[in-house]
Amino acid sequence: MNNPQLNKNGELQHLLSTEGLPARILYAILDRAATFLDAGGHDEVRKVPLLHGKSIFNIFFENSTRTRTTFEIAAKRLSADVVNLNIGSSSTSKGETLLDTVDNLCAMHADMFVVRHAQSGAAHLIAKHVAPEIHVINAGDGRHAHPTQGLLDMFTIRHYKKEFHNLRVAIVGDILHSRVARSQINALTTLGVPELRVIAPKTLLPSHVDKLGVRVYHNMEQGLKDVDVVMMLRLQNERMQGAALPSAQEYFKYYGLTPEKLALAKSDAIVMHPGPMNRGIEIDSAVADGAQSVILPQVTFGIAVRMAVMATLAGV
Amino acid sequence: MNILIKNGRLVDPKNHIDDTRDIYIAAGKIIATSQAPAGFAADQVIDASGLVVVPGLIDLAARLREPGYEYRATLESEMAAAVAGGITSLSCPPDTDPPLDEPGLVEMLKHRARALCQAHVYPVGALTYGLKGAELTEMAELADAGCMAYSHADAPLVDTRVMMRAMQYAATFDFSVWLRPQDSFLARNGVAHDGEVATRLGLPAIPVCAETIALSTMLQLARETGVRLHICRISSAAGVDMVREAKKEGLPLTCDVSMNHVHLSEMDIGFFDSHCHLVPPLRNQRDRDALRAGLQEGVIDAIVSNHSPVDDDAKQMPFAEAEAGATGLELLLPLVLKWAHESKYSLSDAITRVTVNPARILNIDAGHLSIGAAADICIFDPEQHWKVEPAALKSQGKNTPFLGMQMLGKVRYTLVQGSLVYQAA
Repeated sequence: MNNPQLNKNGELQHLLSTEGLPARILYAILDRAATFLDAGGHDEVRKVPLLHGKSIFNIFFENSTRTRTTFEIAAKRLSADVVNLNIGSSSTSKGETLLDTVDNLCAMHADMFVVRHAQSGAAHLIAKHVAPEIHVINAGDGRHAHPTQGLLDMFTIRHYKKEFHNLRVAIVGDILHSRVARSQINALTTLGVPELRVIAPKTLLPSHVDKLGVRVYHNMEQGLKDVDVVMMLRLQNERMQGAALPSAQEYFKYYGLTPEKLALAKSDAIVMHPGPMNRGIEIDSAVADGAQSVILPQVTFGIAVRMAVMATLAGV
Repeated sequence: MNILIKNGRLVDPKNHIDDTRDIYIAAGKIIATSQAPAGFAADQVIDASGLVVVPGLIDLAARLREPGYEYRATLESEMAAAVAGGITSLSCPPDTDPPLDEPGLVEMLKHRARALCQAHVYPVGALTYGLKGAELTEMAELADAGCMAYSHADAPLVDTRVMMRAMQYAATFDFSVWLRPQDSFLARNGVAHDGEVATRLGLPAIPVCAETIALSTMLQLARETGVRLHICRISSAAGVDMVREAKKEGLPLTCDVSMNHVHLSEMDIGFFDSHCHLVPPLRNQRDRDALRAGLQEGVIDAIVSNHSPVDDDAKQMPFAEAEAGATGLELLLPLVLKWAHESKYSLSDAITRVTVNPARILNIDAGHLSIGAAADICIFDPEQHWKVEPAALKSQGKNTPFLGMQMLGKVRYTLVQGSLVYQAA
């Protein structure tokens, strides 16, 4: 099966998922992202003219302020023209189909689409539909993938841990509904992390999660033991409705990251979270704001990584 | 009109015939094979040299989309597709709009179909009003109007008391009840098999137990009521095992499978190919192998096209939002041939799954080429390759997982009651 993300020369044509991307492409993006930061990993906030004259359309069929903003900043720092569309509140509610919307935007000479949609596979559908000179970046599709988040997480791990081949990493929380988790898992396995764990109650795990190359834990104390990286996931409030969980309180008690549980990980373990955080539900404030938290640097790196993805796709 | 079909390889499993024989047709019936009856003068001669002559195919599940969904397909387009696929009898599920729950609707459908003079249409009536799962339809009246069986199509029938009552009532008149086993709570919002692919792609999933739990309920109620039960679109290895056991026990049970599920698995979804958004979901390769084994053993009696034409707009959507279903009438024969070839199964045995067996399930005298039988006949070229593409299909539904693939076996002529209703260009 052809990988729809690569062109016939094996170069990145779209970024739809971290699945199936060779390590060389992942590393190239991470290396490129590093050039947009200073040596200390700080944002240089410099504007570069790489995408001058290009139009990037952020089309968000699902509301998001944070992700859309970071994409917007990334595009502006590359000197692109950015158009933001919250489609959730416009065309599709008037009956226009997803591909009609895309066709209309193509007619406005878009060079790149950044797409978020509530359905798994939406970005693939758009990528398959558009002309070959147009690039699609998946900014989150249903439960499937959120590859720029996955990549910025890889950048963060690499920044603090240097290598991947000697790490023990745990992902904690709602794996079943999480596009972030799938993108993290695919990137981490490709980059050669030898021990990847997921920790969650059975109701928040997909049935064949072991096939993704992870070890499954249902117990935080066992799962966090001696890990180098703890990646927390956001718990959506609606999980309490669909009989997936009894209460936020019970979830926090058994799966919330507290200083006591974190103490089981290696002393230099880092704590990550894709945001927005639910303090007191999946993470204790003492951990979120603690010395091991790298949650805010993740956000900074996210802009550099998104700049790198856009520049890579544009071939500049 | 007298027709002679000569030099064809005649394959008629019911009569254990598989050799080169001529067929003589007069007044819509087969009057002789091999030897010309005295005084027979053919008005038309069909030279079937190099072709295979089989009983017209019988498809137990073909949605014609009338009434209610004429923008998707019409009786004209789909009946033309049926005969182009060598299908001479078909039964259509009751999930039209409105559903087939009133004798008037059934009569209208029968009347419209008859006027087209193509395949025979055998409507399956709704088991409950509006397929809402609450009140029984007038099954006896519907039978008088032409319904052959009663089903709930893909609509949920959650109330087990209603299911039991429906079976009891149907059994009173010896009507058969056709049900697709799927627990609607476990299947809620699901669009793909709960397996590796749904895990990888993040698609809302339907576990196998949605099938087995519903099947178990249906089998127990069938045991309780004595109804003739037909299980539609079995999809899992565990489901096949349960049907096998129930048949062994002696329940009056039959079962069908969709041709798509005989050939495809969840892996074919690939990168969200919405053509593979089907009902029931495509399960894993072990399940597919079990479906094939079940067919071969006779646990599964019939292969159906599960023809469900869907327009492009409804398919060009993200996987879960895309409407489920695929066109099928014109692919049934080549896909049965492909299965037979891959399973090293004889042509004669294979076509029983689309002739003799579905005729028995429908309780109609069809699916064979006996002397005196209606001349419902399919003549195909077993060596002709053709590509599945929109222009090659008469059905208004152009969407199928097999789009772009090569098929082997093409229908050349179709006769219904001795009249040539289709001839390949």
